[in-house]
Amino acid sequence: MKSENQLDKDTVLEVHNLSASYNRKPVLWDIDFRLKGGQLIGIVGPNGSGKTTLLRNIMGLMEADSGYVRLFGQDLNKVRQRVSYVPQRESVDWNFPVSVREVVEMGRYRPSNLMRRLQSSDQDLVDLALEKVGMLEYATRQISQLSGGQQQRVFLARSLAQNADLYLMDEPFVGVDAATEDAILRVLSELRDAGKTVVIVHHDLQTAYQYFDAMVLLNTRLVAYGAKDDVFTRENLQEAYGGRLTVLSKLSELIARSEFPVREKGFKEKSGEGDAAGK
Amino acid sequence: MSIEAFYIILTGALVAASSALLGSFLVLRRMAMLGDAISHAVLPGIVIAFLISGHRESLSLLIGAAASGLLATFLIELLHRKARLQEDASIGISFTWLFAIGVLLISAYTGQVDLDQECVLYGEIAYVPLDQISFGGLWTGPRPVLISATLFVLTLAYIIISFKGLKLLSFNEDHAKSLGIRTQVWHFSFMAMVSLVTVLAFEIVGAILIVALLVVPAATAFLWTRSLVPMLILAVALGIAASAGGYYLALGLNGSIAGAMVSVAGIFLAITVLLKVLVRKKA
Amino acid sequence: MQQESSWILDSSLILVAAGTFLLAVSAAVVGSFTFLQKRSLVGDAVAHSILPGVAVAFLFSGTKDPWWLMLGALISGWLSLSLMDFLSRKTKLSQDTAIATVLSVFFGIGILLLTYIQHLESGHQSGLDQFLFGQAAAMKSQELWIYGGLALVLIVCTLIFFKEFKLLSFNPDFAQTLGLPVRGLRILMNSLMVLAIALGIQAVGVVLMAALLITPSAAARNFTDRLKAMIFIAALIAGFSALLGSAISFSAKGMPTGPWIVMCLSILALLSLFLAPKKGMLARMLLQRRHQQKINDENLLKAFYHYGERHANLAQWIRLSDLEEIRDFAEEEQSGALRRLIHKGHLLRKGEAFQFSRAGLDEARRVVRLHRLWEMYLSQRLRLKSDHIHPNAETMEHIISPEIEAQLLEELDYPDKDPHQSPIPYRS
Repeated sequence: MKSENQLDKDTVLEVHNLSASYNRKPVLWDIDFRLKGGQLIGIVGPNGSGKTTLLRNIMGLMEADSGYVRLFGQDLNKVRQRVSYVPQRESVDWNFPVSVREVVEMGRYRPSNLMRRLQSSDQDLVDLALEKVGMLEYATRQISQLSGGQQQRVFLARSLAQNADLYLMDEPFVGVDAATEDAILRVLSELRDAGKTVVIVHHDLQTAYQYFDAMVLLNTRLVAYGAKDDVFTRENLQEAYGGRLTVLSKLSELIARSEFPVREKGFKEKSGEGDAAGK
Repeated sequence: MSIEAFYIILTGALVAASSALLGSFLVLRRMAMLGDAISHAVLPGIVIAFLISGHRESLSLLIGAAASGLLATFLIELLHRKARLQEDASIGISFTWLFAIGVLLISAYTGQVDLDQECVLYGEIAYVPLDQISFGGLWTGPRPVLISATLFVLTLAYIIISFKGLKLLSFNEDHAKSLGIRTQVWHFSFMAMVSLVTVLAFEIVGAILIVALLVVPAATAFLWTRSLVPMLILAVALGIAASAGGYYLALGLNGSIAGAMVSVAGIFLAITVLLKVLVRKKA
Repeated sequence: MQQESSWILDSSLILVAAGTFLLAVSAAVVGSFTFLQKRSLVGDAVAHSILPGVAVAFLFSGTKDPWWLMLGALISGWLSLSLMDFLSRKTKLSQDTAIATVLSVFFGIGILLLTYIQHLESGHQSGLDQFLFGQAAAMKSQELWIYGGLALVLIVCTLIFFKEFKLLSFNPDFAQTLGLPVRGLRILMNSLMVLAIALGIQAVGVVLMAALLITPSAAARNFTDRLKAMIFIAALIAGFSALLGSAISFSAKGMPTGPWIVMCLSILALLSLFLAPKKGMLARMLLQRRHQQKINDENLLKAFYHYGERHANLAQWIRLSDLEEIRDFAEEEQSGALRRLIHKGHLLRKGEAFQFSRAGLDEARRVVRLHRLWEMYLSQRLRLKSDHIHPNAETMEHIISPEIEAQLLEELDYPDKDPHQSPIPYRS
């Protein structure tokens, strides 16, 4: 019993038999993994392999078809304060009339303080976050005046200001300059060294091995997960990036087109169902 | 300036200012055309409320309008999500249908409804000074002034209280959700306020020109400013200026005051765009 | 009173109805491309923006001459289109904001000018306010001939350039690579749209014009996947609504034509969206239910087969309570499935016990075969743990078509056992 508790304590992110659809088309199949904290973890896979869908499911921004997610062994709603999410940079309008500082302040917003002023302790965290990403001197700039790399740093600072234990980021290295890439990586390493966990959706296989401690290799289904040396094998990569699952994608298309339900109505999950029970 | 002129300009300014505050967030959230659809769709509700209650007492109109505004948003969602019609067409079909129902009701009950097609289109701001109300001798003045002042106070209070929430929701909705903020509640409260402005401004500037007051000053201010508070203040100022300018333009041309207010707001936008494009060309 | 008894025979009424019919049909034909390009709201904005053009034309010419009004309408319609494009490309305003600002400002100016004209002495009887809600009945025969003729020209033009417009709406980049003059075609298409709107306004007015443009297409789209057929059906719906709307507004005095036409169109569109065969909302819900029933039926058959297989006798009589050792069923779903299987003749009934019929056994074999093949695929290709096949995977086996089955067999190299070493039943 004790050892199991110990295991649960180390597990920061647990995804259990998660299946999800996008526009009625199944894109994630039975994803099942547990990840230990205190690492830099990459979610890696080819384009359209469901990486972003997985991240959005973890953050409760989409509804899964089946399965569940546990963060720190608990439901997301119980541990929101400990989790920070960074969406893709292109998901917002950078002409929005706010300053760099205002964006980072949003990292301190909570349901409880939405109608009140931020406290000075919040402002200190904002300053600290801006300083860490080297954007303090740009604090009063409007965000439309920033380069792509600076925009990404602002997003990172907003996330740092949340002062979380688990960071989930969607493609933070896309479209940034080399200096920003280094800066982001440095900040993330510091977080890891402070015992925090960082999960990053990343599409670039070349840099993945170099950046991360652990990986989740994904292509619609889970190919492998764990320490990077165990995951980054020739066979795993071949399986994730080579060979298409033609039958599966045909059936997925058919489901999306033909009003077929994604799952059986009134289905009760029961281990040892059907054939398995026949053993 | 006569007292009549003052009352007309004041009413227009209060309505325009309330619209500009809310419209700024409509523009930032890219929902301007949804505002347009709602402003058309409230018509049948207003007419039916009118027929049932028999007078233009604001509360019943408000309920009627809110009901048909809700019906419109529900219909748009139903057509888009369940009947899988593309979004632009869902909006287009819903508001034209509801508006047609409203116009037909007005035509069918011409004698019983103190509304006509022209009022629907461009309001009755010119008649503001005629509709007097008195509060036990404390204050006597036009009823629309009172209504629009209440509207402005309500809107201002809403914007001040909800400022952070609206800013967060408009900038990055997914991030707001990830912080555990109930974005649906915020969205609903915002749309409710937009409907409120639409209904109360209906008598004054008409159904279709409301969207101009919501969107045009806000869009102009958006082009000039880099921060949200200055944008809101400028939008309000432009709305007030359009009200005053519109009154005198209408006086000069002997035309509709509401139409003139919108024209003036349009001129501000045109000048802004010209200046911005010229400056960029030079640079 | 006299009017009521003879209005059908009144030749001017027939003329008006015919004119309205042509205007509505031309708007629907041109509008189907507007609909396909998802520019419904742009069309709405152009319609509102035509008002100041008409007013200026009247001020300039001093008459309600249709040619002048058309010219004014075309110019301000085109101006609004270019402005919307300019605002969303050259400023930081979003497309949505650009549409809303152009629409409302043009309309505001239009209202200002219109009221100005009405207050002029010469403008008092101008009848320009018919542009707001349309009043076909007020049109003179000369106007009708001109508008009807233009509408015909529009329809013919669209048919001539049908292929080009189709390509342009569907895939403009591809049209470019084919060497089509995309720019010129787009200008032509936009001009036709503006013209159709300017004409349609005579029938339904500025405010409701968007409906005449796109509602017919929205109503037609559920009946066909072919563009030509869709346009034809849209035209039919628009024409019918125009006639019906005119008839109603003639018979009930003081009723505006435009709102009645839009009313008919909208009701037809809503009926089509909800009730059309195959693609309507109701049909899709029924189809979903049928799929659900198929899943339930097949799962029940499968359970009977598993039981028979486990007890080495597929011909035995089996009670429902026996199936509990195979899997749980929701009671309601189970009894429905049982009823259907008996009705189809797949199961025979004796008191509380059931037995496969010949056909039922074949069907059960097919279902079990697909189930085990699919499990094989999931465990081999997706590396799913075979002791936990999850609900998604479970439902997918039910839509495997014979072609996909053949492909599965080939990819799996015709296995005879599934991952649990159960035999895969091929044809007996």
